Amino acid sequence: MYYIAKRLAFYVLAAFVAITVNFFLPRLTPGDPASTIVATYSTSLNAESLAALKAAYGLTDEPLLQQYLSYLGNVLRGDFGRSLSNFPAPVMAVIGAGFGWSILLGLTSVLLSFVLGSVLGAIAAWRRGGWFDRLTPPVLLFLGSFPYFFLALLLFYVFCFKLGWFPMGNAYSSVNPPALNLAGVGDILMHLIAPAFTIVLVSLGPWTLNMRNAMIGVLSEDYLTLAEAKGLQPRQVLLSHAVRTALLPNITALGAAVGAVFSGQLLTEIVFTYPGLGYSLMRAVSAVDYPLMQALFLIITLSVLAANFFVDTLYVLLDPRVRTGGEA
Amino acid sequence: MSLSETFGAKARRQLLGSIPVTVGLVILGALVAASALAQLVAPYNPKRATGGINEPPSLTHLFGTTGQGQDVLSQFLYGGQNTLWVAFSIAVLTTLLALIVALTAAYFRGWVDDLLTLVTNVFLVIPGLPLVVVLAAFLPPGPLTMIMVLTITGWAFGARLFRSQALSLREREFIAAAEDVGESRWRIVAIELLPNMGSVVAAYFVNQVIFAITAQASLEFLGLGDGGQITWGSMLFWAQNSSALIRGAWWTFVVPGMAIALTAFSLALINNAVDEIGNPRLRADRLMRRAGVRKPSATLMTPVKRDA
Repeated sequence: MYYIAKRLAFYVLAAFVAITVNFFLPRLTPGDPASTIVATYSTSLNAESLAALKAAYGLTDEPLLQQYLSYLGNVLRGDFGRSLSNFPAPVMAVIGAGFGWSILLGLTSVLLSFVLGSVLGAIAAWRRGGWFDRLTPPVLLFLGSFPYFFLALLLFYVFCFKLGWFPMGNAYSSVNPPALNLAGVGDILMHLIAPAFTIVLVSLGPWTLNMRNAMIGVLSEDYLTLAEAKGLQPRQVLLSHAVRTALLPNITALGAAVGAVFSGQLLTEIVFTYPGLGYSLMRAVSAVDYPLMQALFLIITLSVLAANFFVDTLYVLLDPRVRTGGEA
Repeated sequence: MSLSETFGAKARRQLLGSIPVTVGLVILGALVAASALAQLVAPYNPKRATGGINEPPSLTHLFGTTGQGQDVLSQFLYGGQNTLWVAFSIAVLTTLLALIVALTAAYFRGWVDDLLTLVTNVFLVIPGLPLVVVLAAFLPPGPLTMIMVLTITGWAFGARLFRSQALSLREREFIAAAEDVGESRWRIVAIELLPNMGSVVAAYFVNQVIFAITAQASLEFLGLGDGGQITWGSMLFWAQNSSALIRGAWWTFVVPGMAIALTAFSLALINNAVDEIGNPRLRADRLMRRAGVRKPSATLMTPVKRDA
């Protein structure tokens, strides 16, 4: 329990740092971007919204500390300000719809690549020195060298444009999200496959190599020799003795990878015009919509922190050494 | 794992003799040379429209033309120049910053170490891309912003890596011996610790070049680069923006994309091979395999302590 409390305290601190950076960034960067933003929008907004905008960027007479405190209060209430490109819609309303789609795509692809990578790594280690073991690392190294969005462009071109196997973009065919019946789910799946496949391909490498190396370490342990000596089936030795132990370092890496995969996912979404947070991010960048950008930064950071915390908790459940209060 | 061991004569022969390293060096050398000589070998001005729109590769335009009629080959050459020096600078700066943080932590220990480790871990857990986007959006676009932003966000993993390396080195006898003869702590860090971290630092540096190239391209692809500068990332940005995909102009994104992927791949090949030579455990394993021994041998892993 102490371990979990310690991790929680750390993530709260990290969240606090992110929120603070977000607050001070427009106020401290050289060239006074805040005034530029307000000047840009001064003609297109009414007086009330302009005042709100000025307050959001610290162009008021309020002392900095008070601004900071009221900003913290807003964030805690989930109020991230208003979007400039779809004024006066609150940023949260603009992001809300995309959030679900990003979670769907992210969970699908991270879980798939984790499971697939662990299986491949276990096979490579089990058949160490075989053709599979020798072929896998360089191939994965090559795929991992692709920036996410470039592989996305390639796959989009081949599978969606040339071959027409998958739809060209969006998360569903109809104008509104389909009902969750068989046809609707099938439709959503068809739109999910191509972007998820991209993310899986690029992110597969580390899982496989980590798992392979961990397995090789575990395979030389005495208790595996014992398991073999007492006459267990090789399959049983592999699954319940070797894989179970070797999976732990990979689960540790899962938490660390969530952030990186999510960053890559945002770009993949843009290529496939998948309506997730990546799409919002691109719109925010091209419309120079600072509040939207900053809110996206916070939302994504907080989600990644939450995911990390979840993985940590999972780790405690899986590793008895941490659970019994050993040194964490 | 010392520098002399890694780059000793025998190791050097092994390094040059292995196929992956040769492939990696040839690809990397070709890309760097082509970019460095862009001013001499580029057939056209990369910014001018010198052909029709989205012309497929032909003898006049070997890599075709873009949606604005510019020559893709010339853009690829000049783009390489702009991309590679920025990536190289970022790799140098992040490696230095990581080293400074790690060695300061290892030198002062105590609360300084705790604090620096905490800062490192916070930077590690905050997702890179959204932070970089916010930072880059508030600063004027250009190579300097790119270098600054990616340096600020890119050093943390190295600091953690170097710190754990320094901590494990500190337990060795030769450090104890240096302490016993009364060497100052700064001298121990600079003369005893640092040279022995050579192979780890070298491997990290190579990885950072890969990180810098892909991160830079990602930002430019989002439109946060300097629009007037030709880089591999901005080529991809314009390809995506002019709907090259649905017009079938594959050459406009395959050329810069493959350039990025091949640079990263060649660096990764070199890194893996250096790792194998610097790490006797992996090397022993290969010798065993060659001798026909199939039994999995003990491969001790370096334990990485998971701490807050």
